[in-house]
Amino acid sequence: MKEQDEKKRLPGNENEAPYEKGGPARAGVLPSRGLSNLWPVFFAFIGGWAIRVIGNFGAIAVFFFLAFINIFRSKQIREITSQVYYIGAKSSLIVILVGLFTGMVLGLQLFYTLVKFGSVGALGSAISLSLVRELGPVLTAIMIAARAGSAMAAEIGILRNSEQIDALYTMGIDPVRYLVSPRIAASIISFPLLTAFFDLVGIIGGYLTGVVLLGTNAGTYFYRVQSSLGMVDIRGGFIKSLVFGAIVSCICCFQGYFCHMRDDGFGARSVGMATVSAVVISCVLILVSDYVVTSFLM
Amino acid sequence: METPLIEFRNVTKRFNGKTVLDNINLSIYENQVTTIIGKSGTGKSVLLKHIMGLLKPDEGTILFQGKPVNKMKKAEWEAHRRKVAYLFQNNALLDSMTVLDNVAFPLRQTTNLSKAEIEKRAMKRIDDLELAEAVGKFPSELSGGMQKRVALARALVTDPQIVLFDEPTTGQDPIRKNMILSMIIHYRKKYGFTAVMISHDIPDVFFISDRVIILWEGGVGFEGPYEEALKQNVPMIDEFLRSLDGFQDQLTGLLSREAFKMHYSAMLGAAVTETKYSAALFGVRLNILYEALGAQAAVAVLKALGEYANRYFNSIGGFSARHSRDEILTIFPHKNLEEARKLVESFSHELENGVVDHIKNIARKNSAAATCFDIYIRAGVIEISPEDSIEEIIQKGRAKQEIISTHRCDLGGEVQ
Repeated sequence: MKEQDEKKRLPGNENEAPYEKGGPARAGVLPSRGLSNLWPVFFAFIGGWAIRVIGNFGAIAVFFFLAFINIFRSKQIREITSQVYYIGAKSSLIVILVGLFTGMVLGLQLFYTLVKFGSVGALGSAISLSLVRELGPVLTAIMIAARAGSAMAAEIGILRNSEQIDALYTMGIDPVRYLVSPRIAASIISFPLLTAFFDLVGIIGGYLTGVVLLGTNAGTYFYRVQSSLGMVDIRGGFIKSLVFGAIVSCICCFQGYFCHMRDDGFGARSVGMATVSAVVISCVLILVSDYVVTSFLM
Repeated sequence: METPLIEFRNVTKRFNGKTVLDNINLSIYENQVTTIIGKSGTGKSVLLKHIMGLLKPDEGTILFQGKPVNKMKKAEWEAHRRKVAYLFQNNALLDSMTVLDNVAFPLRQTTNLSKAEIEKRAMKRIDDLELAEAVGKFPSELSGGMQKRVALARALVTDPQIVLFDEPTTGQDPIRKNMILSMIIHYRKKYGFTAVMISHDIPDVFFISDRVIILWEGGVGFEGPYEEALKQNVPMIDEFLRSLDGFQDQLTGLLSREAFKMHYSAMLGAAVTETKYSAALFGVRLNILYEALGAQAAVAVLKALGEYANRYFNSIGGFSARHSRDEILTIFPHKNLEEARKLVESFSHELENGVVDHIKNIARKNSAAATCFDIYIRAGVIEISPEDSIEEIIQKGRAKQEIISTHRCDLGGEVQ
């Protein structure tokens, strides 16, 4: 609650403050000097928003740092293992399905595109490179964010609202260490593995449409896959999946952990809103960070 | 002067501009049971959360053994905090874990004990709180009362030095309420922890409390022993305490202490000169019964004693009330000492015949081993004069107490 109080005092949260300072606008009447008085209101809004966003990013960074260093504390192996099972193993089916159909669609689309240029032999290269470099890490991360990330946010949010997080604190257990660190560790472990799975199944999907259905030469397909994929491509995809794993787990846990401080709802609604925010922000940040990481890798 | 274990100095706490704790000053002493009472929304739980460190004051200081919390280093504060256990108002059980896992959880996470030792300690607490049949169930499968007991077991499993109870008896029936309070006092004596409790179960909670803190209008309305609280004569607080006390003792069905006082005053008001009055103070040693038979049987003995006294003496115009945890005072209007003695004697025979089977059954359930226990019920019969206050009658009764009834639960084993 104290944090809530403090939050309320932040300039960005004082919705009425600019109008109070504006005088007549407080009573619903436009200021007498017209538009010139709206500029301070506009800048106050932008400034408040910027401060809030920067503050949130700062809070997420501190949250991630605290959770990350606690991964290496004792008694974490059991929790990390169970989270790897939940986030990783239990997500494998959906990742396989998405990977298979993504590969199959790629096979179809690229086949008809490459036929126009008379270079259908490059089908294996095109499919494997696009999967390993981009689609594999991104789609895997989005799928896990939807499946496991939403569950993380909702579960932690419910623990927060039912005072179970406070109960952990009173028992001398660090809630971040117990709840957040294993999830971040498990995500960092699971994302690259599932991405590899996705890539492999996607290449098989491309084989099914490109070779089995449309009749491209099987030997050419696999030769192109092998010859065009270099360690640099695999390493890039691996780095991306590590980054996505950290981002998705951190955002989802953060949203759930602080759902009681949301402005847009309390109780069950706050958990729902936290879950929505967790998935949306994760997906957006996956794409933004994909661009950033790709530009560094190129 | 003794340094308080926990001290609040000018502590103020506001939520969204509303002041909940307003410049609070209070002290909590080691090895005592301190009870906090007050109307809803007066900041009782907020106060406990400050002790636990879940909330921080907006103004003022909290001191642990004379040292301000805000000047402690993190490690020092953590060391203090580990000595404290908290029983939440809504239990805050981990709902994805079974009862056993919930109780064992703090030991698993904060100690390096072996798996077998952790399970043994957790099962001990589970058995103490009569939760053995719920051991594999999840919290959502339990009644509110059972959830409360699981939370209590979890709070006590680490043998804390300070235990904060946020309404530990809410949602319990009168027997369970007394069981829980008996258990709190029993464990407090056994392990020597300091208990801070929020409860409205008057009078039971006051029987076990060393000090009472009444939160009133954002501040401390009273701080000290319960008997002094009744002498304060602050009308609002007085009315509040009376409203909590009610007219009837929930456990035994006897009159509440306030109702007893009113009856006594009315009796004296209607008194004719030369009228004889007598009284009897009945008692059982609840602590000894608890040790021997367990909480449920100990409370059952007290309940049976109260119910029998109520039924037996009401029919002849007597009236009774519980005046401490395990003492019942009965007034016999228009009876001299000799008549009162005869009444008590005949009452003791009925008590022996009526209660013993019930107690035997409970004792047999609790004591799987072939053990045998003796239950002694004492009574002090005295003649009273209209000038005697109730406290004086109790003192006289205590001085005259002797064993009037013995119940032997013969289970075929050795006498303990």
